[in-house]
Amino acid sequence: MTTTPVAGRTTATVAARATDLSKIYGQGETQVVALDRVSIDFHQAEFTAIMGPSGSGKSTLMHCVAGLDSFSSGSVRIGDTELGSLKDKQLTRLRRDKIGFIFQAFNLLPTLTALENITLPMDIAGRKPDQQWLDSVIEMIGLSGRLGHRPSELSGGQQQRVAVARALASRPEIIFGDEPTGNLDSRSGAEVLGFLRNSVRELGQTVVMVTHDPVAAAYADRVVFLADGRLVDELYGPTADTVLDRMKQFDSKGRTS
Amino acid sequence: MFRTALRNVFAHKARLLMTVLAVMLGVAFVSGTLVFTSTISNAFQNSSAKGFDGVDVSVSPTYQEGRGDSLGKPRELTQAQLATVEKLPGVESAVGVVKGFTGLADKHGKLVGGGFQSEGANYWGTKDARYPLVSGSAPHGADEIAIDSRTAERTGYKVGDTVRVSVDGPVLTPRVSGVFRTDDGNVAAGGSLALFDTATAQKLLAKPGTYDSIDVKAAAGTSQTELKAALDKALTTKAVDTVTGKKLADDQAEAISRSMSGLKQGLLVFAGIALFVGTFIIANTFTMLVAQRTKELALLRAVGASRRQVTRSVLIEAFVVGSVAGVTGLLAGIGIGAGLRSLLGTFGADLPDGPLVVEPSAIVAALAVGILITMLAAWLPGRRAARIPPVAAMSSLHAQATTKSLVLRNTLGALFTGAGVAVVLWATTLSGSDGQAPMGLGAVLLIIGVFILTPLLSRPLIAAASPVLRIFGVSGKLARQNSVRNPRRTAATASALMIGLTLITGMTVMAGSVQQAIEKMAASAIRADYVVSMANGRELSKDVGEKLAASGDVTASSPLRNAPARIGGETEYLTGVNGSTIGRLTDLKVDDGDFKISGDRIVVDKGTAKRNHWTVGSQLTAHFEDGKAERLTVSGVYEGNEVIQGALMDISTLTPHASDSRDMQVLVKTKDGVSSASKDKLIKTLGTNPVIQVQSKQDLSDSIAQIFTLMLNMLYGLLAMAVIVAVLGVINTLAMSVFERSQEIGMLRAIGLDRKGIKRMVRLESLVISLFGGVLGIGLGVFFGWAAGELLGTSMPTYELVLPWARMGIFLLLAGFVGVLAALWPARRAARLNMLTAIKAE
Repeated sequence: MTTTPVAGRTTATVAARATDLSKIYGQGETQVVALDRVSIDFHQAEFTAIMGPSGSGKSTLMHCVAGLDSFSSGSVRIGDTELGSLKDKQLTRLRRDKIGFIFQAFNLLPTLTALENITLPMDIAGRKPDQQWLDSVIEMIGLSGRLGHRPSELSGGQQQRVAVARALASRPEIIFGDEPTGNLDSRSGAEVLGFLRNSVRELGQTVVMVTHDPVAAAYADRVVFLADGRLVDELYGPTADTVLDRMKQFDSKGRTS
Repeated sequence: MFRTALRNVFAHKARLLMTVLAVMLGVAFVSGTLVFTSTISNAFQNSSAKGFDGVDVSVSPTYQEGRGDSLGKPRELTQAQLATVEKLPGVESAVGVVKGFTGLADKHGKLVGGGFQSEGANYWGTKDARYPLVSGSAPHGADEIAIDSRTAERTGYKVGDTVRVSVDGPVLTPRVSGVFRTDDGNVAAGGSLALFDTATAQKLLAKPGTYDSIDVKAAAGTSQTELKAALDKALTTKAVDTVTGKKLADDQAEAISRSMSGLKQGLLVFAGIALFVGTFIIANTFTMLVAQRTKELALLRAVGASRRQVTRSVLIEAFVVGSVAGVTGLLAGIGIGAGLRSLLGTFGADLPDGPLVVEPSAIVAALAVGILITMLAAWLPGRRAARIPPVAAMSSLHAQATTKSLVLRNTLGALFTGAGVAVVLWATTLSGSDGQAPMGLGAVLLIIGVFILTPLLSRPLIAAASPVLRIFGVSGKLARQNSVRNPRRTAATASALMIGLTLITGMTVMAGSVQQAIEKMAASAIRADYVVSMANGRELSKDVGEKLAASGDVTASSPLRNAPARIGGETEYLTGVNGSTIGRLTDLKVDDGDFKISGDRIVVDKGTAKRNHWTVGSQLTAHFEDGKAERLTVSGVYEGNEVIQGALMDISTLTPHASDSRDMQVLVKTKDGVSSASKDKLIKTLGTNPVIQVQSKQDLSDSIAQIFTLMLNMLYGLLAMAVIVAVLGVINTLAMSVFERSQEIGMLRAIGLDRKGIKRMVRLESLVISLFGGVLGIGLGVFFGWAAGELLGTSMPTYELVLPWARMGIFLLLAGFVGVLAALWPARRAARLNMLTAIKAE
């Protein structure tokens, strides 16, 4: 059931791929399997939402694929790079150059201005940002007038827009979002999700987002469902209703099984 | 509430560790001082009491009444008086005591004990109970001496060795006949004691057949007071003083405790500085703990705790922390007290043995200081905690650092700083001692003012460092911004370091300037190649001047010989010089008249002239010791200095009236000038005498420098404690910052800053804070050094501000090193932070 690609996407290149990915905490009696041989591809220019109940392993999957966490077995590739063999330093560099992040708590540095926060990954790398690209990103998120402000002077929605811009600014191969709208009111959340979808549609960006909100998931091109550390379902072209239906279905399935 | 507070202490033990350490160090310093001083004072008193064991009454001569206007001299005790004493009923035994300076050369020809603690005395009879022999036998005749066991051990001399000894005249080379044990205080303090038989001692140290004092032991059944009364009756009371052994011991004990209390107070001042610096850390820690626990405290308020209870819970926490610090500090202090004694012992400053004395007052002081200081410093944060509204329990965010405006603080700080600077500047216009009190007041005001202003100062000063920090890329930029993020905290942390460095720099500037002034004085006033003097600073033997004058290598010499005389009812010390050569040996600035010394023509220094209202041409009458008078005329007024001052007159006029007066120093010019060969020749001319110093100008400066270096090093050692406490403060602040910012650090790691970058960020922040404190401290120190110098300069014409650039550079490096050192652990912690837990929203 996993591979019934939508027309036009068959030739799409894979931005990130997990193969037989397992993550096990503890040993023996107390052993907890967070991820159980998960295989999944994230295609370029595709917006994927990862869903599942608490403890399903959706965050762990994202952390492992994004090079934030180590895994027990299997493999993860970002582009052509195999993550399993990388040392901390190389992983850090990979995250810096190829991955963008948006977190639930806004995670901006309070001492830096909005603009400085946006260019922070490039500053760390010691690279000059691509000015044209930067301008277009800033224009898209509509913060041109507030670039000199510090995070404390911005609203929650504006802060998260800055975070989106930061993720986009360095043109990463893939952007990961961990409940990016979790702390926002529905209007601000809708704005942020709109930007993420636009970045996929218009800029060809690849985005993977963990969420538990069916409305948020409806912005994605594809929704994957996790339960008990396993990939259980997948949905293309979702709407909030179809997502909710699937969730209910497999929630009851989960309970009965 | 108590249980909650206690739980909190345990929950935050790591974070409270630095606070405990800081308080502990201060308390250890205090209790260490108390334990050390009471231990050695007890030991000294025991040893001195033992020294008076065999003495029930001591008989000593009084001064003679001066005849007419002349001066008195001490009398001697005669053999006849000793015989009288011995025959008195109630006297078991009487010992005639002869004592005096006796220098002993070690195997390298150097004086043992540095001159001031080199003593000689007589061995009484064939078996002297005061000096039990360890080996060999009692000294007999002019060619034998006995030496104390500590000196024997230190120099390696054994019974049978020939040693070089000098009392006053030529060098003696007696044989060591025996080694004895003694509790003599001088020996205990690193000096030497050489014993001659009584006849030899009298010949060398007094006059044949005379004694300096008589120690009398009472027969059984006679009390000390009875014996004293009997002695007073038997001897002419006017000529002798009798003192009971008990009173001698009491007087000694009092003198010891007086000198100890000076030492104790001196040390406690430095302990106080360390504790003061510690309060910054305590206040910082509790402020941060309260800020971090906002939610928790608000919850307490929400479930019904009163404001008072919240404050009390913080204070109880402080009480527990203070108690732990007090107890551990006390234990450490006892260790320091014990360790310090053996440490001093290894440096050669021998102290008498004795048990470790921990007085109850030391225990009380340690606990009180630890607990009170901690609670006092936690009081403000505790009040702040009480002001947290219960509703804060509902909001999910950390409490922000107080964003309360700094306007009030800055105004207050500016007022204090302004007043401090004004008072200090005003004090510099006053002369000498008048300015001291205002200067101290101004300094305190200024330090308080600058401390209050540090948050304001931190921004421009740290901004000034940003070009340098930019080299380190994003880590540098973040470090700079983090360091000004909470100006109050940065200020308190940097202030702790500032205080120590202010004192260290101020002392260095002052000491360097004064040292140079004294050197200049000595150098500019003396034209002679060498100054010959006694190691103990007393008069030279008469033959020294004669030998030098007769030597073929010496082209010119003049003694500096002091003799007291009464002039117009006041005692003045006249200095006899060789009027015909003194002009070539000195270089004194003449203010008025001529520098002409011969016959009745004398010159006086400005100070003496002013005091006595003398001017050029003034006539005065001097009454000498021999009862005769001489009319003198002032021919010139010169500018005196530390080396040469007072009235100078020709030696040939002075000598007939002061036959006993001898040269304090002899100034010498040699054929070959200053060279090690000419110096060696002079030393040989004087019989290679260990107690005679031959010093060139360079030697004089060196010995002055040595004194200053020693003094400065001691001060550095004492102030090091304050700096160590400041380091703990920086560690504390950084650790707290890392803890507070863990989410940010996790995010930085996630978006691609590697561990090295994180480490560098924390280290640079630490460096910035430390250098900030260092720059402030050094700046203030230079200002105080300058101001104190202005005050000193009024009494020191050659005083000039010397800025020790090299030292200041070292201090700045030290501040930087402190920063790097303090960041070691927090930086590691930051780099090891678990990224995932850090970025997870709470």
